[in-house]
Amino acid sequence: MTSYLAPIARRLGSRRLWLPFIGPALLIAAWSLLVESGTISPILLPGPVSTLKHLWSVTVSGAVAGDFLMTLSRTVQAFLIATVIGVPLGVALGASESLYRSVEFVIDFFRSTPSSALIPLFMLIFGISDFNKIAISAFAAVLVILFNSAYGVMNAKRTRVMAATVMGATRFQVFRDVLLWESLPQTFVGLRSGISLALVIVVVAEMFIGSDSGLGQRIINAQQIMNVREMYGSILAAGVLGYVLNLLFLILDKKVVHWSGRA
Amino acid sequence: MTRPPQASGGRTWPAITIRGLCKSFGPAPLYRDFDLDIPRNKIIAVFGPNGCGKSTLINMIAGLMPYERGEILFDGKTLKDTKVGYVFQNYRDALFPWKRAIDNIRYPLALAGMARAEIAARVDRIVAAFDVRFDLARYPYELSGGQQQLVSIMRALVPEPEVLFLDEPFSALDYEMTLFIREKLQQVFMETGTTMVLVSHDLEEAVFLADIVLLLTKRPTQIAEIIDFTVPRPRTVATLSTPAFVATKAHTLDVFQREVRK
Repeated sequence: MTSYLAPIARRLGSRRLWLPFIGPALLIAAWSLLVESGTISPILLPGPVSTLKHLWSVTVSGAVAGDFLMTLSRTVQAFLIATVIGVPLGVALGASESLYRSVEFVIDFFRSTPSSALIPLFMLIFGISDFNKIAISAFAAVLVILFNSAYGVMNAKRTRVMAATVMGATRFQVFRDVLLWESLPQTFVGLRSGISLALVIVVVAEMFIGSDSGLGQRIINAQQIMNVREMYGSILAAGVLGYVLNLLFLILDKKVVHWSGRA
Repeated sequence: MTRPPQASGGRTWPAITIRGLCKSFGPAPLYRDFDLDIPRNKIIAVFGPNGCGKSTLINMIAGLMPYERGEILFDGKTLKDTKVGYVFQNYRDALFPWKRAIDNIRYPLALAGMARAEIAARVDRIVAAFDVRFDLARYPYELSGGQQQLVSIMRALVPEPEVLFLDEPFSALDYEMTLFIREKLQQVFMETGTTMVLVSHDLEEAVFLADIVLLLTKRPTQIAEIIDFTVPRPRTVATLSTPAFVATKAHTLDVFQREVRK
């Protein structure tokens, strides 16, 4: 843990500590200016202070907590399904280049198709169920995870495979002791993109697949009754969720794949 | 099994026999009916013009590269029944960065299914033999280049291979580290007598370490000359200025230049 605190402690001693706050400060200043000057009507965009105040009050009262946790839970479920399918499948595909080449087009095509465009298709298959939101989100995430894991294996250092082979490793042992590990840094890139994508699709699904819970539902309901403070507050809450998930994976990445970029 | 012809000439029973080896890249043959006996308990340095396939030769022997025809036997056995070690030029790409240095060294023993106590004993022995002064609990990327190559050599030697292959092991190291590792390698050789096949692009290094310098021709590759260098070990920096060393080096260089100009 100390290794992560060390750079922060070092920065505390210098003026560089303030650098990360400049961006948010500028954003809030510009936001204030737009509202105060009357360029944008407060009916469309409330000021930052009143928005943050509102977000604070619904956070403290617990009103937003249920929806926040619902969105988090759907995202995590979708992500777990995508990981359990995507990582082993990707590693297996990556281990056989001919196998990967034969399905590459399908993967790349659906990876390039906006998953939100498939929502109607998924409604046909799963109906307007809660699982539908998880399923479409998992589908979006599984492709990016699979693709990254496969590339991780395919780009494994040849020398390491040769080193294990010459030491007498069988094909399976090379796979278990070298290829899997070699794929980990790239797999983590996939997992981080996967969880972000899962969140995006869950929020979209909550907006457009009949839903009675979740941040997406909260945003669209607030928009329909022109409760803009509520709407921006929920958008910020979704942003916080996305940011924290990303940060969590960055930390996990540094911890687990400690050799990434250094070897 | 018939005794290969060279065995009667006072040399020992060979560790590796190569017969009728053929290998080509595209239409151009690299090796055509190549025969070679590599004697046991010696250090053989492979030296030759650029592109003559020095590394290809040891990679074929070590089973890392396929060949079209021919037979390579280790004391009459195939590679499958032989324990070999290999030290790569690029130590950074050869070590496992997800394992600590010590676990890299343990790996080939664990792979062979050896018991924990035996692994610990073997690793302790090799660490002592190499007089390691840095922390082996570190990860490879936390070590200097020379330390990484040292770990990589220990990893190759710890299973006590019949033959150790070294593919330009010093070419990425500074001179000080090269001298140090050369000395350690020679010391281990004197203690264990492990047959070593060293590919080198540095003539001084090749002659200094070798009992036998194998000089190759341009492709299609043949043996230009096999040069013995019998100065007793341990050889030191002083050896580099002895008349025997200077003469052998000069002769090797002559043959080399003759081959390059052909």
